[in-house]
Amino acid sequence: MTKKRIFGEDIIIALEPILELREVTRQHGGRRIVDRISFSVPRGAFYSLLGPSGCGKTTTLRLIAGFDAPSAGEILLSGVRVNERKPYERNVSTVFQSYALFPHLTVQGNVEFGLRRISSPDIGRKVKEALALVELTGKEARYPAQLSGGERQRVALARSLVMDPDVLLLDEPLSALDPKLRKQMRVELKALQSRVGTTFLFVTHDQEEALSMSDSIAVMNGGRIEQIGSPETVYLRPATRFVAGFMGAVNWIRGVGLRPESLRLARLAPNGGPCCAATVTRSVFLGNCLQVHVRLESGEEAVAEVERSSDAFQAGESIHAFWKGADEMVFP
Amino acid sequence: MKLRFWFLLPARIWLTMLLAVPLGIICVYSLLTRGAYGGVSLPWTAENFTRLADPLYGAILLRSLWMAAAATALCLLMGFPLALFIARARKWRGLYLFLVILPFWTSFLVRTYAWMFLLRDTGLVNAALQAAGIIREPLTLLYNNGAVLLGLVYGYLPFMVLPLYSTLERQDPALLEAAADLGAKPLAALFRVVIPLAAPGIRAGSILVFIPCVGAFLTPDLLGGGKTVMIGNLVQNQFTTARDWPFGSSVSLALMTVVVALVVLFLRRDAEEAL
Repeated sequence: MTKKRIFGEDIIIALEPILELREVTRQHGGRRIVDRISFSVPRGAFYSLLGPSGCGKTTTLRLIAGFDAPSAGEILLSGVRVNERKPYERNVSTVFQSYALFPHLTVQGNVEFGLRRISSPDIGRKVKEALALVELTGKEARYPAQLSGGERQRVALARSLVMDPDVLLLDEPLSALDPKLRKQMRVELKALQSRVGTTFLFVTHDQEEALSMSDSIAVMNGGRIEQIGSPETVYLRPATRFVAGFMGAVNWIRGVGLRPESLRLARLAPNGGPCCAATVTRSVFLGNCLQVHVRLESGEEAVAEVERSSDAFQAGESIHAFWKGADEMVFP
Repeated sequence: MKLRFWFLLPARIWLTMLLAVPLGIICVYSLLTRGAYGGVSLPWTAENFTRLADPLYGAILLRSLWMAAAATALCLLMGFPLALFIARARKWRGLYLFLVILPFWTSFLVRTYAWMFLLRDTGLVNAALQAAGIIREPLTLLYNNGAVLLGLVYGYLPFMVLPLYSTLERQDPALLEAAADLGAKPLAALFRVVIPLAAPGIRAGSILVFIPCVGAFLTPDLLGGGKTVMIGNLVQNQFTTARDWPFGSSVSLALMTVVVALVVLFLRRDAEEAL
């Protein structure tokens, strides 16, 4: 940390990232599961590792937690190299995909487990606060088997947060929940993170999850990081074709990428801007919008998501497809 | 319902013929008078049970329980690390399990005799120690409590290892990672997570070792040389040398009562934990 003296007040500016990976590689059986990845997580951020299954994101999390050792590169926590430290010597905590709650311990026993190992003072008060934070007050005496999926997840969160970790590592924590609860927990998890101010490193394969919660997203593929940026950047300005395709649907027209919502349709040719003649092949009602499939004069297929309107485009109709030059996603 | 009846029929017949009927016979015998050349005869009497009050038999029962408890504890101490090792082995797991049950391929009697050859005054162990110049006079390794205990632990160790292995093998590795993640060093994780979660295996293994050890008669007979009388020897003796079948039956029933009481105690604790 850097201290600067401004107007007689000590203002600590946390310029230094709380977690940093430098050229980290994990080799297993001759295969590079994680291939020279580097990123740094600012203090207090909600940072996501996003990618398809098998892209190395969970392995990256395990390297940071200390369950696996990197084959090369450096992992730094608050500027200190931790490669050689055992999991119990690192001030990070993991919320496991399966939650990994201790089945023989109550909610209370699970949450105080870590505090007892480090002989923390004020265990009772800390556990109470942690359980209040995740709204589990009153369930102290329950066993994990007596809790719902959402409650188990909150126990796992409380058990990790009570340790006051430098970084909380979350391994697809929402994937075990049913879809409705999952969307609700997105909001709750984000709110919880803002409230406690702990740095979250969130692993997911769900781009919507990453977009809706993160300050920054690192998109991974094949053990490498394809792009790091804000949700807006990775969605609107993807660095590679892979990122463009992974973040959402893409139409490839004349070599540039266009999101379905950027593609507009009209019966009359608009004035100026990129445009081409098209034929409607199919029109699908999606509730919140209308999905229109078109074939362009070049023979390329494209999908546009347009507003619902009374004069819906009919299959076979000849129309014009156009878009704004600024919405084009161009890749080398 | 019909199908269920027919499927259960073989087990019902088996249990009736080989458990209920013999148990009934023992109950009846225990209330009769001994015959002149073995067997039983009338009149009915309760004397076989009043004789059990003799402190001599109490001492034998206590010694049997004590020996069985010691053997169970030793099996647990030796079996747990072994089971944990096999459960965590990345390869050769099948081979290790095979080696654990390999002794069952020969008769227990033959293996007990093998121990006698090893332990007797002119046996392999003493010969080796003398040849190495460590001892001059042979050590008395056979015909004492230690030899009996060794025989029991040797004979019943697999019954401890197998149930322990099956519970340890099923433990979710993520729980160990979670423990380490929360600051537990390996030893703390062992005592706070691995052992508590292995409790069902520990109980099952202990029951499987304890029960046959209490009633053991071959091991104390051969390795104890008749000096260490356990309750199994007493029962065997009544049916063979002493030809007192009614008393043998009453001792058997007493032993069974004690063992059942102990097992029920164990199982009730299980039930309470499950709630």
